[in-house]
Amino acid sequence: MTSNFKRPDGRKFDELREFEAKVGIVPNADGSAMYRSGETIAIAAVYGPKKMHPQHSQNPEKGTLRCTYNMNSFSVSERIRPGPSRRSTEISKITEWALEPVLMLDKFQNMVVDVHINIIQADAGTRCAGINAAAMALAHAGIPMKDMVSSVSVGKLDKTIVVDLSKEEEDYEEGEGPTDIPISMTHSGDITHFQLDGKIDSKQLMEAVELAKKSCEQIYEVQKKALKDSIDLTGGED
Amino acid sequence: MGGEEIDITTKVTAERIKKYLEQGKRFDGRKTDEFRNIIVEPNVSNKAEGSVKVKVGKTEVIVGVKMETATPYPDSPNKGNLMVTAEFLPLSSSRIELGPPKFDSIETGRIIDRIIRESKFIELEKLCIKEGEKVWTVFIDIYTINDDGNILDAAGIGAVAALKLAKVPKYDEEKEKVDYKEYTGKLPLKEMNPFTITVHKIGKHLIVDPTREEEDVSEARISVGSSEGIIHSLQKGNSGCFSAEEIKKCFEIVEKSWKELFKKVNAQLK
Repeated sequence: MTSNFKRPDGRKFDELREFEAKVGIVPNADGSAMYRSGETIAIAAVYGPKKMHPQHSQNPEKGTLRCTYNMNSFSVSERIRPGPSRRSTEISKITEWALEPVLMLDKFQNMVVDVHINIIQADAGTRCAGINAAAMALAHAGIPMKDMVSSVSVGKLDKTIVVDLSKEEEDYEEGEGPTDIPISMTHSGDITHFQLDGKIDSKQLMEAVELAKKSCEQIYEVQKKALKDSIDLTGGED
Repeated sequence: MGGEEIDITTKVTAERIKKYLEQGKRFDGRKTDEFRNIIVEPNVSNKAEGSVKVKVGKTEVIVGVKMETATPYPDSPNKGNLMVTAEFLPLSSSRIELGPPKFDSIETGRIIDRIIRESKFIELEKLCIKEGEKVWTVFIDIYTINDDGNILDAAGIGAVAALKLAKVPKYDEEKEKVDYKEYTGKLPLKEMNPFTITVHKIGKHLIVDPTREEEDVSEARISVGSSEGIIHSLQKGNSGCFSAEEIKKCFEIVEKSWKELFKKVNAQLK
């Protein structure tokens, strides 16, 4: 597997971009967080649980998670039209699926928890950054959760598996080209989100999953630390 | 969190706000013509040609400038185009619902568009690539991050600041394509600071920079886009009314506030 492929920014194949996490960035929200990986920046804000409107969308069995992913028009080189698109609609749904398994919404019948994700700056891996921020924001809002969710994009560039692709790597066109594999998992290792675009065999795909697991472990530690740091132990407000 | 949250300003609070104003006081201790603390953070999004985060108290907006080539409008074949949009994100307040743009965001975009356009702040005639065929379009996009009142003025500060930071990407004439990795220079602007400042009327009192609660109680507002005492755009909003005397007072307040903004904003852009 180890060809003499070199990453453009000199990272090791299993090295994440420099990343950081912060909690409590939107004062109005019940919970909020920022996750940055390299030059990709995502923020997420949680509102709720609150009553679901319209009424016919209410679920009497359990609460509903509603995620919306939105990119700032200027977050990419060629401006994108503001507002929802087919792409953002899909990512919103996938984010819900990634996070729902850890949420304990059974006590919030007829209610909805809104998670709004906004991409301020994009350099690949925006859905993963969004999921990381959203998971922290949900915890920050005090929504009961069984576990944390961490997300990373693994890629195959020609024949080499690498983690946390940058935009430059995502556009890699040599050999077999790029394969983009965003994966999200709980801390206990359950995969809650899995996508793939490109070309890969099952053996290498399992390698990719293993690499994602290792990387998510590192992301989890940073998410946990950010949440712990957000708790003021001095007994003051905020 | 909690089920039924009251996110409108109640009558009791409204009366209290008015009572305070009788004594020239506000909940946060500001004078009636005093802005909250303004923080301008440049370059918050590196794919934008210019970007800025503006905080006015707890209110927060992000404004970005993008440029694209386009065909000019028939009535201005040698001038660049300008387009301003504002998106009030549901992320920024529990009051903002998903769905098509509401009036507030449309109005904000239009008011900012008018002050930038009418003041001729951007030298659009310098943004012509080939007369009648190709010109630059300047997009100013405004996003709310936290709404604690007076989004409009914050957006106006953001638009001016983001334009001042903006650079023109390289246009490759042979390939007829924009190279967003290279820049040919700064966006051509006039030496001016066309901020929009809104004065609100609560009872008999005139205030600037309302918090969310104060804005809810406001009966009428007047948004004035100006630079160094010259007014380029104006819009009265809400169903209350102003006397001529009050309008005059509003202009005085705007002029005073403009000087304050001019100093604070430009100091942080250096």
